[in-house]
This record gives sequence, structure tokens and C-alpha cells, in this order.
Amino acid sequence: MQTEIIISGFGGQGALFIGQLLAYTGLDLKKHVTWFPSYGPEMRGGTAHCTVIISEDEIGAPVVSRPRVAIVMNLPSLDKYEPLVLPGGVLVINTSLVDRQAERTDIDVVYVPANEIAEELGEKRLANMVLLGAFLTKMPIISLDEIAESLGKHIPEHRRNLLEANLVAMKRGSALVTA
Amino acid sequence: MAKELLKGNVAFAEAAIRAGCEAYFGYPITPQTEALEHMSKRMPELGRVFLQAESEVAAINMVYGAACTGVRVMTSSSSPGISLMMEGISYIAGSEIPVVIINVMRGGPGLGNIAPSQGDYNQMVKGGGHGDFQPIVLAPATIQEFIDLTVEAFDLAEKYRTIVALLADGSIGQMMEPAELPPMRPVRKFKDRPSWALTGAKGRDPNIISSIYIDPVEEEKLNLKLMKIKEEIIANEVRYRDLMLEDAEIAVVAFGTAGRIAQSAIKTAREEGIKVGLLRPISLFPFPYERVKQVADQVKAILVVEMNGGQMVEDVRLGAEGRAPVTFYGRMGGVVPMPDEVLEEIQKLHAKLKGGS
Amino acid sequence: MEKTKMVESQIYTKPESLTEIGTHYCPGCTHGIAHRLIAEVIDEMGVRENTIGIAPVGCSVFAYNYFNMDFAEAAHGRAPAMATGIKRVNPDKIVFTYQGDGDLASIGAAEILHAAGRGEHITVIFINNAIYGMTGGQMAPTTLPGQRTTSSPMGRDIELHGFPMKMCEILSQTDGAAYIVRRSLHDVANIRKAKKALRNAFEAQQQGLGFSMVELLSSCPTNWGITPEDALKWIESHMVPMYPLGDYKVHSALSVK
Repeated sequence: MQTEIIISGFGGQGALFIGQLLAYTGLDLKKHVTWFPSYGPEMRGGTAHCTVIISEDEIGAPVVSRPRVAIVMNLPSLDKYEPLVLPGGVLVINTSLVDRQAERTDIDVVYVPANEIAEELGEKRLANMVLLGAFLTKMPIISLDEIAESLGKHIPEHRRNLLEANLVAMKRGSALVTA
Repeated sequence: MAKELLKGNVAFAEAAIRAGCEAYFGYPITPQTEALEHMSKRMPELGRVFLQAESEVAAINMVYGAACTGVRVMTSSSSPGISLMMEGISYIAGSEIPVVIINVMRGGPGLGNIAPSQGDYNQMVKGGGHGDFQPIVLAPATIQEFIDLTVEAFDLAEKYRTIVALLADGSIGQMMEPAELPPMRPVRKFKDRPSWALTGAKGRDPNIISSIYIDPVEEEKLNLKLMKIKEEIIANEVRYRDLMLEDAEIAVVAFGTAGRIAQSAIKTAREEGIKVGLLRPISLFPFPYERVKQVADQVKAILVVEMNGGQMVEDVRLGAEGRAPVTFYGRMGGVVPMPDEVLEEIQKLHAKLKGGS
Repeated sequence: MEKTKMVESQIYTKPESLTEIGTHYCPGCTHGIAHRLIAEVIDEMGVRENTIGIAPVGCSVFAYNYFNMDFAEAAHGRAPAMATGIKRVNPDKIVFTYQGDGDLASIGAAEILHAAGRGEHITVIFINNAIYGMTGGQMAPTTLPGQRTTSSPMGRDIELHGFPMKMCEILSQTDGAAYIVRRSLHDVANIRKAKKALRNAFEAQQQGLGFSMVELLSSCPTNWGITPEDALKWIESHMVPMYPLGDYKVHSALSVK
């Protein structure tokens, strides 16, 4: 079993970060993982995206043309990745920065006003965690507790004060799906 | 040591440090710059040498100088930077100095782009620089292999007094994957430096390191010596990985990132009942010609996949000796082929074989 | 009187820092003088066994045959980079390059400039004879305006080839430079001054003050197409006016001889 997740947004939205968090958690769970980022000039003010693969077996290609999951944080990312999600897959949309519905009917679509929720929490940079919480509740390949444990383990010391806020944001995203 | 999630560029830099690398000289270039940055922090912490040179031309000559004194030295760069280093690489080869060079390849020719590519196969594997020589060239496909081969590169470089180049690409440089770093080896003590090294002519005749042999007969003697070492390398250092080749009717041959992409395609093809396997050369020089020959004897067709216009395919054809038809699929310019593209090529080949039989 | 006698008697002794091999340099060439001065200084400082030299590409490509010490032979112009590599991993060694004008001021301009800028603790001996010797007398970056060479047969035309490169003037502008001077080898008095400058340069390195370079105006009678004696006169009459002798930068902590 292999899950490919593309996370895409503007630079600074934390797409690469939640990708890494998924990869770290996969590693802690002794799964095979790869994290492949966009890099170089395209990251400066442009789109930032990464492909995370979590698998029970050795991973071949670190990139795929059709992922099982896409978490899109802005409109260009939705336009680019909506057509690519595998049938039966999951598309998580940050509705705060996207003004249209998904067109696909053969995939699970989750709408998350991530920026609004993050702002309610008083830290707009937490939108990525809200989206992650929503995704993992829709497709529980990894539990929120496992994410929390890995985040606690790998968060740099100077960011540790943000740990709790990150977990709260993730739970808010999760609640949106279970509700 | 436990596995960590490591970025390729950081992984090989740290691996070099743990292999006892005492000095690093380099110049920033995407997509390998994280290695230079890692070295800039770690080397001074350990009391070792890091220097950002004014150019790749200078960097390789700093490497040359430091290596002449018998310490473990390395540099890393990406395609255009490696082109600039070719002069120094030739001098280093001509004076038989062990040096490790990492090329995290990107799209070209010219300034090209920073996306992953395998376009420098011919440049690196067929010698690079001027004159008769071939460095050992190793191609990692995973971060773990990147680490292991970097460590091994230092040992091989010293064993044969040669250049060992690692040929990676932007994808392996930039991606993160769990891997285990080796334990820290100490740097070599001054008294343990090799006898040929420039350490000051104290109580011995001077050592001279040079690549000039003005008398052609003398130069030929050096060439013959290098060829003899080359033969030893060919006899001892061939490395490759087989995957699902036992009953294969089709063999895909691909190195590095193209190898892992092919691996995904093969897995799917197997699920569709196509008997296909992978031969992934790890040493590009020495190239696994013998293994290619054996595979060519066994299979009905060989597909070579590369992130270039078809460079290694020539070596595969040499190895196959016409025992099986060799076809090629490649993407260029920094475009990374997707597993389904390779799958399609396998399916086409399979259909053709079925139609023909 | 006694002292003078001792000096006289040493003139005819080969310095330990030179080998017994006869040089390949042309008759009247001043490379031999430069080699000898360097060897004498290294002997006098007692650092022969702790010194690593780097030869260039040019007439002195075989310098390693004549110096009795560890030596490397660099690619054309890259000696300062190679010296940097050597010195950085062996900070206790004395490291020097020996470079001609084509090597240092043309193809190796970037390497010498940045070695100086970094304040590399190396010593550079720069032989300026205003011509490419080894390849048979082509124009150098230091060739004088109007000077005929095999690649400027009508004489160097500054409209076409630009102006001579004055390396002491250029390198003395770098903050990393500790000792930058120009001397000449055209007569005995100047040769003695050159030796003192070499000593200062090596001492600047030994004291860790930064980058040091001694430019030595030198002759090339073969490629200039004149006699050795006239070549020495030509240095004085033509080169010295273009390349003024003197101290371009001297670190305040260096007690010069």
C-alpha cells in the first residue's frame, strides 16, 4: 500500500512543512517515506509544492503524475492538481483562497476555510495544520496522535512554544470533517 | 545509529565529514548548494577546513592542492560548475591524486535550468577533462546509497589513487528520505599521511606532484600505468543492483533516479503480468558490461531509460553485443519521466514481443 | 672586514634549498637568479623541510626540479588556488608560488586577486619579463606598449590590446595583502634589494600577517631578441619606467629588512 500526497500553495503557506511533518511521522512509524520538494527560484514568491509518499514497501519513484491525495492551498494549485488526483482519491481545498467548487465527482473533496480558522486561532500561519487535520481525518493513513507525537519529537527548540497551537489547529481541521 | 529523515545534499555532505573528509572547497550552485551550506557550518565546528572559492575553477584547484598533502578532500557542484572543474579534474587524474567529487546534475546544455537531469553521463563517465583517464563514477538512487557511496568513494579514491565521482541529480539532492549515517571516523593523523604526499621534505628526498611528462615516452608510461589501474578497477569494482530479473523477458536498464522511476513502472507492469525486471548500474565506470551481456542472453528485449537523450544506452548496447534488441526512452532538459510513461514503454515493448512470437 | 669575507665565500656555495640539477633556462635569463635568492632566503630562515612550493605553467614549469623541497606543479594560473588548498590544511607550512606574468596576470588573474583578497597566508614570487617565454615570445599582459612580440609583430597597440597590467598596484588595493613590493633583477644592487624583499615576504607569511607578493622585473633575452647584457639594460630603461620599483603595501606589524 502506497499513498502519494501532493501539497501545493504559495511560498510561505507551509506546504513544504506539513509535507515534512507527514514524512517524519511516517519515518517514526517505520514506514517507507519520501519527500520531494519544488526547489530553486520557483519558490521565491511563486508556488511551493512537495510530493510525499508513504508506503509499506520500498518506494521507487519519488514523484508521480497522479497522486492519491492533493492538498491545495490556493487557486492555481487547485487548477493544476484537481485533474490529476486518482479516482477515489482525496482533494483538500483551502476555500479561504479558492473561489470555486471542485469539478471532479469521482473523488472525495474536503472544503476547509483554513485561513479563517487559523485567524480565529490568532495565528494565520497555522492554516496548513488545519488542512492537515482535515486531510488525516478524511483519510486516516496516520492518526492525529501520531502526528502530534512526531511533531513534539522533531520540532526545533526555538519553535517549541508553537507546538500546542499547531495541535489545536490540526484538531479544528479534523472537527470540520467529523462534524 | 537510527534512521533520520535526510535531504540528499545534506546527507552526502555529512557522510563525507564522517568518512574523515578534512577539507571542502566549493562554489554555490543549485541544486547542490545545501551541501556547501552544511559544510560551511559543520567543518569549522569540527576544526576542519571549509572555504567558498571564487569559482569552481579555483575550488577544484584548492581541492587539488589540499589533496596533494595527503588529506581527504572533496568538492561538490552541479553540471555547469563541473564543466568548469574539468581542467583541474584532468590535472588531478594526471598526478594520481585521490579526490572525491559530487555532481548533482541539472538540465542543460548551457545555463539550462536547475531541474534534475542525467545529461552529464558522457562528460563524467567517459573521463571528462583532457587526456587518457577515467574516474570511478558511482550513481546513487536513494539517500542511503548516496551516503554509503560517498563514504566508499573516499576509500576507493585512496585505494586506486584516483578521482571518484558521484553522479547524482537534482532530485536525489533535494529529496528527503529516511537513511542512516555512518559513525564518525577520525581525520588522518599527520604521521599517517601517505608517503607520496607533500608534507615537507623532512628527513627524506622531496616529493613532487606533477602531471607533466615532457617526454612522450614517459607520458605513455604514466598512461599505461593509469590503464593498468583502470583494468584493476574494472576487475574489482563493478556494482549494480538487480530487481525481479530472474524470470524476466524484458529488462529495463536505468541508473540513479531513472532507476527508481523504472522500479515503480516495473512493479505495476508485473501486476499486469508482464515479466519485466530492472538492472540498475551503480558503478557507471566501471560499467557492468558483463551483467548486461548475461541479461541480454536471458531476455528478449532491453529498454534503457535515462533522463537524457541517450548516453548510457551506448554502453548498454556495447554490453548487450547484439544478443537482445536495445531500445531507449528518455526525457531531457530537466523533465523527469513519470513511472506511467515508462510503464507505457514497457507495455509497448511487451505487445511487440507478443505480436512477434 | 671579516664579515665581508664570509659573505664572499658563501656566494659560490649552492644553497641547500637548490638541487644539483643544472637548469634548462636560456643563457642570460634571470630565473636562475630568482631561484637562487628564494633558496638562500629559505636556507637562512631554516624552513626548507617545512616548505611546499608550487610551480606554474610557463618557463618555470620545471622549477620543482631545481628546488630541493616538496613541490607541486599547478595548472596554468591556478597556483594561488592550489597554494590556498595546501596552506588551509597545513597552516604550519610555508607555502609559496612561483609564477610568470602570463600565468599570474592573465589566465590566473582571478585566482591571484582572490587569494590576495582573502589574505591567504602564502607568498607569491611574480616573475615579470613582459613576454610569454615558454610558448616562444608572445604578447603578455605585461608587454609594454609598442613592444614587438610574435603575437604583436607591429608592437603592442594599446588601442587593440589595451594597457599593461600593473599587478602590484592592483593587488596592493586588497585588504588581505600584507606585503606587496616590486623589485628588479637587472643589477647587483637591485638583486640585493630583491633578496631582502623575499625575506620580508616569507616573514610576513610566517607571522600570519596575510598575503605577500614580490614582483621581480626579469629579463628574457631569447624572446626579446637581444643579448643578455642589453636585456638587463632594457629592464632598466624600459620596464622600470612602466613598472616603478618600490613598496606598494607593507603591513604595519612587519619589521622590514
